This record gives sequence, C-alpha cells and structure tokens, in this order.
Amino acid sequence: MSEPVTIMEAPVYLQYHFTAGRASTRFLQRLKEGVLSGQRCPRCSQVYIPPRGSCPACGIATEEEVALSDKGTVQSFTIVHIPIPGNPIKPPYVVANIVADGANISFIHLLGDCENSDVRIGQRVEAVWRPREEWTWAMENILFFRPIDEPDVPVERIGTLPVTGWEG
Amino acid sequence: MSASDTLEKPFELGFTYTRSTGPVIGRFLGALKEQRLLAARGSDGRVLVPPPEFDPVTAERLEELVEVSGEGVVLSWCWVHEPRASHPLQEPFAWVMVTLDGADVPMIHCLRAPHAGSVQSGARVRACWAEQPQGRITDLCCFELVEKQV
Repeated sequence: MSEPVTIMEAPVYLQYHFTAGRASTRFLQRLKEGVLSGQRCPRCSQVYIPPRGSCPACGIATEEEVALSDKGTVQSFTIVHIPIPGNPIKPPYVVANIVADGANISFIHLLGDCENSDVRIGQRVEAVWRPREEWTWAMENILFFRPIDEPDVPVERIGTLPVTGWEG
Repeated sequence: MSASDTLEKPFELGFTYTRSTGPVIGRFLGALKEQRLLAARGSDGRVLVPPPEFDPVTAERLEELVEVSGEGVVLSWCWVHEPRASHPLQEPFAWVMVTLDGADVPMIHCLRAPHAGSVQSGARVRACWAEQPQGRITDLCCFELVEKQV
C-alpha cells in the first residue's frame, strides 16, 4: 500500500498579451525618459498617475499631460515581514502609497535608505533612479523612494501639493 | 500617435500554489503511483471515482475506499482538433467521460486515439501510466482504445 500524497504543487499560469493603450504608452515613454507624468481631468482638475485616459470620477476623457515631480509624500505604508516566493527583496521592507508632487492620487512603491520604524504618514520622500542607461518602460526605473529633509505634510494636505512641492 | 506606437508585450502571471490534498484525494494520488485507481463507496452504494471527501447525498464524511479497474467504457466524448499548450496531450485527442469497470459514475480524462472517427460512445478504453509516477493525476497519462477481441 503506497503512502498517501499530502502536498501537491498546483500552479496556475495566466498568459497575457498586454497592450498599454495610448495613455499608458505615453506614461511609460515618459518614464523611460526619467519623468513621472500624469493626466489632468478637464472638468475636476484632478491629476492621475498612472494616467488611464479618463477620469474615474467624471467619466470623461483626459488628454492634458502633466509632468510631475519625483518628490512626493507618504500617504500610507505597510511593513512587509512575510517573504513572497520569487521576490528578491528581503523582508522586512516598506511598501508605501506615495503621492508625487503635482498629482492627486498615489501609486505604490518601495521605500529605502530609511529606518523602517521611522516611516510615517506625511513623510517627504524622493525617487532614487537607476542609472540612466538602464531606464526602460517600467516603474522599476525608480529603485525606491528615500526620505528627504523636509517637514512632514499634514494629513489633510497630502495629495494636494503643487508640482513645485512643499513650502511648509 | 499611430496604433503601431502603442507599447505591448506578452507577460505571464503565475499563481504558484502548493495545496494540501486532504485524506481522501491524498490516498487516491498515492495509489496512482502504483497504477491503482481508488474510488469511494457512497451511502447509496454507488462507487464514486475520483473519490469525493463527502457523500454527495448525505454529506457524511467518506472514508471507505475501494479499488476499481483501469479499464472502462466511454460514456461521452469530445474531440479536440487543436490542443492548447495547457492540454494533457499535444496531439489531437478526445476528452472522454469514462465509466471504469467497478465504478458507477464516469470520470473525465483524455483519450489518445488515431482520429475522431475511431472514438465512439461505448468504446472500451484502458489507462496508460507514466513511466515515472509522481503521485499526480497525470500519472494516469491518458486512456487508449482497447482493440476489439476477434
């Protein structure tokens, strides 16, 4: 009588062919040039990054491209303690929602060059870019964001800063 | 911007699950290594394969497993002209519902056959086994048609 099997590998692989579309293509091309860019809604003026070609609030097309700062503010964060298979980053590390100056919505990226216990909502950060010759059509052009020596942004101001940054 | 300027690329999203088999499927898979097929006996006396963990009528836990034959009869089938990469066979084949000898319900598996015209409901088939069993359903690689006795 054979031994029962207790564990089995049951992977699921989904094969996609991703087409970026106009807005995402433009975003990725600007990213390859080392620029974070968004789109502004002509009705509500909200600036979205990454741009999707439409405003999710107003439901209308967005055309105007806005160059954003690579400085921003931590809107939210989590400290990851659990290793994810295949992920080269060793825990514990910080994943944060960051609002770039000039944008009204956050994207998710890593924080680095910091003490995890020091990370806080409202903290000012800036992008650490890979060497220029490695830039491609990907957010990985930015290795991570690191804290900068500026005063914290009050919670109610997060997501409202102009592209020129935080004068406070 | 013309459509040809739009960025595109293939990518694969993988969910690399490892799952526990449970007490019943675990024994079923273990027996496959020995080229044996285990079934469960339900509360109504029916022999069910692959064996469910719980009785389909009473929902009681099922623990008694009985062996059924690696040979059976095609109940129904569907020919696959163009197998996809994820299919168990990379040549045209049939999905079949096979009622194994000793079982009361059919199970779904694949049937290797020369062409669609060679398959019919009622055909006798037998299991083909992998040379290197791993305790997976693919240890039973496929079914093949049993030549009619002359």
